[in-house]
Amino acid sequence: MSPAPTPREGTAMIFEGMAHTFGRDVDTDVIIPARYLNTSDPAELGSHCMEDIDPEFVKRVQPGDIIVAGENFGCGSSREHAPVAIRAAGVSCVVAASFARIFYRNAINTALPIVVSKEAAAGGRAGDRLRVDPAAGTVVDLTQGVTYTADVFPPFMQELIACGGLLPYVKARLAKEAG
Amino acid sequence: MGHTIVEKILARAAGRDGVSPGEIVEAQVDLALANDVTAPLAIAEFEKAGFEHVFDPAKVALVPDHFTPNKDVRSAEQAKRVREFARKHAIEHYFEVGRMGIEHVLLPEQGLVAPGDVVVGADSHTCTYGALAAFSTGVGSTDFAAAMAWGRVWLRVPESIKFVYYGSPKPWVGGKDLILHTIGLIGVDGALYQAMEFAGEAITELSLDGRFTMCNMAIEAGAKCGVVGFDAKTDAYLKARPLGSHARSAGAVFASAAAAYARVVEIDASAVEPTVAKPHLPGNAVPVSEVAGLEIDQVVIGSCTNGRLSDLHQAAEVLRGRRVHPRVRLVVLPGTQQVVLEAMADGTLQTLIEAGAAVSTPTCGPCLGGHMGVLAAGERCVSTTNRNFVGRMGDVTSEVYLAGPYVAAASAVAGHIATPTDVLATRLNGGRS
Repeated sequence: MSPAPTPREGTAMIFEGMAHTFGRDVDTDVIIPARYLNTSDPAELGSHCMEDIDPEFVKRVQPGDIIVAGENFGCGSSREHAPVAIRAAGVSCVVAASFARIFYRNAINTALPIVVSKEAAAGGRAGDRLRVDPAAGTVVDLTQGVTYTADVFPPFMQELIACGGLLPYVKARLAKEAG
Repeated sequence: MGHTIVEKILARAAGRDGVSPGEIVEAQVDLALANDVTAPLAIAEFEKAGFEHVFDPAKVALVPDHFTPNKDVRSAEQAKRVREFARKHAIEHYFEVGRMGIEHVLLPEQGLVAPGDVVVGADSHTCTYGALAAFSTGVGSTDFAAAMAWGRVWLRVPESIKFVYYGSPKPWVGGKDLILHTIGLIGVDGALYQAMEFAGEAITELSLDGRFTMCNMAIEAGAKCGVVGFDAKTDAYLKARPLGSHARSAGAVFASAAAAYARVVEIDASAVEPTVAKPHLPGNAVPVSEVAGLEIDQVVIGSCTNGRLSDLHQAAEVLRGRRVHPRVRLVVLPGTQQVVLEAMADGTLQTLIEAGAAVSTPTCGPCLGGHMGVLAAGERCVSTTNRNFVGRMGDVTSEVYLAGPYVAAASAVAGHIATPTDVLATRLNGGRS
């Protein structure tokens, strides 16, 4: 298990990896159980990612792999340890039919790539090789030879992602306002 | 065009005449909060980004409530980090163990939230304060770090769903039963990205404590916030606060008559039964009668959902002169030190302890499987908390049934899931003898 590479600012982000599928309403308590919240260490959080729903997940996942899930992914607690754990486990991108709102914010704010695609959530199979292009709004299932459409982020969120997340964005804004 | 409460609050905070659902706005933050689990990550990000000051030390609250009094060395290290940050930045509203409470009971009680405020908290149950006609929502650690540095937050203006509760609730039915019933009706993502506005005569009749309970669980339907319009009860609550949030409440806002809602859901409150949510989703709501008789090992009464004085009063009403079933552990977690003092002064704590309850200092504790009542494999718990996800309160094979204080207390006495009616029908089996 090793962390997925962080996308560099300004580079086109395309993610390719094997799909790991989950159902609907995957909550943050199963993404990273609260018994591990006495640390903020990404590597340690990553080693327990999905432990209570799929104990073998961290053994199977390879750097760059992609999580594919149903509706309401990341519901429950606001813990940002959840996207941190997912990224630290090696996952490059999460594709879901919909995301719970705090998880969605946390992913945008911390530049964890996420993609909303009902089609991919319905059609993607565990073990399929996927290529995700968030800017183009496509999820290509290379194994099945199918292209699914995905939602494209509104311009403001694209700007946040391009900045590398919320804090670099705020820093730039404050510097601009001071200057 | 008319506007909802949430649209009016966000327009004011964004310095705009009006805002519409779907727009992204930058809102001024009136209060930003975090706890001992979410603040350390935020502090690390705040410092890594090179920010030197918080935007306003009087508008940041740090409440170490999750794993405190600290359960192990690592949680003690996290609390220490929060404490040191609070000292360094002269954070005005830092609450130490002994003066602390569960954040969502504590902050309104201390008068730190006023109607019309924009509150962001690195805890999903920050939506609780909508009961005071504020816009209040849960965010992550990075959002909290940004709010501390910037004093602003980006928000997509949510559509609102109006829930109108007509009729008077039956005996033993409170805010918790109404909200569990509602989540059962619309599902755990039934209000995703939307605001839940609670109105109608049952809400007018409901105490502020009950309204806090309902807004607290808006997140369990995926909502951005829950909100109740300002009324005489809100006003009376605010005037009784020590720090005088009523002084700031001139900004009290009301929905326009012509406000546009995504939908209006009418609920006959008089038909709602005492309700529980079965494992493993808060949306698995059923009348208690459907699961009555199921044996239990533990009962938890308290938390940010039901840890207020009237919740303890409801539990005591059932437990007075009765005993917790020999097979059951009853753990009571009052929300704040003030709640403890008041429950002590009026005899509520005596009643609970005589019945066989373990009464804890305020902490989130077992709600998220932290400490003070974690479940073993296969154990079953009736809890007045807000989540019953897989492994939430302990082992992955344990089960949590969510309920209000009446049902929780009745179940503690019966040893199985029960309604107060079931328990009160039996003879008193003796108080202290």
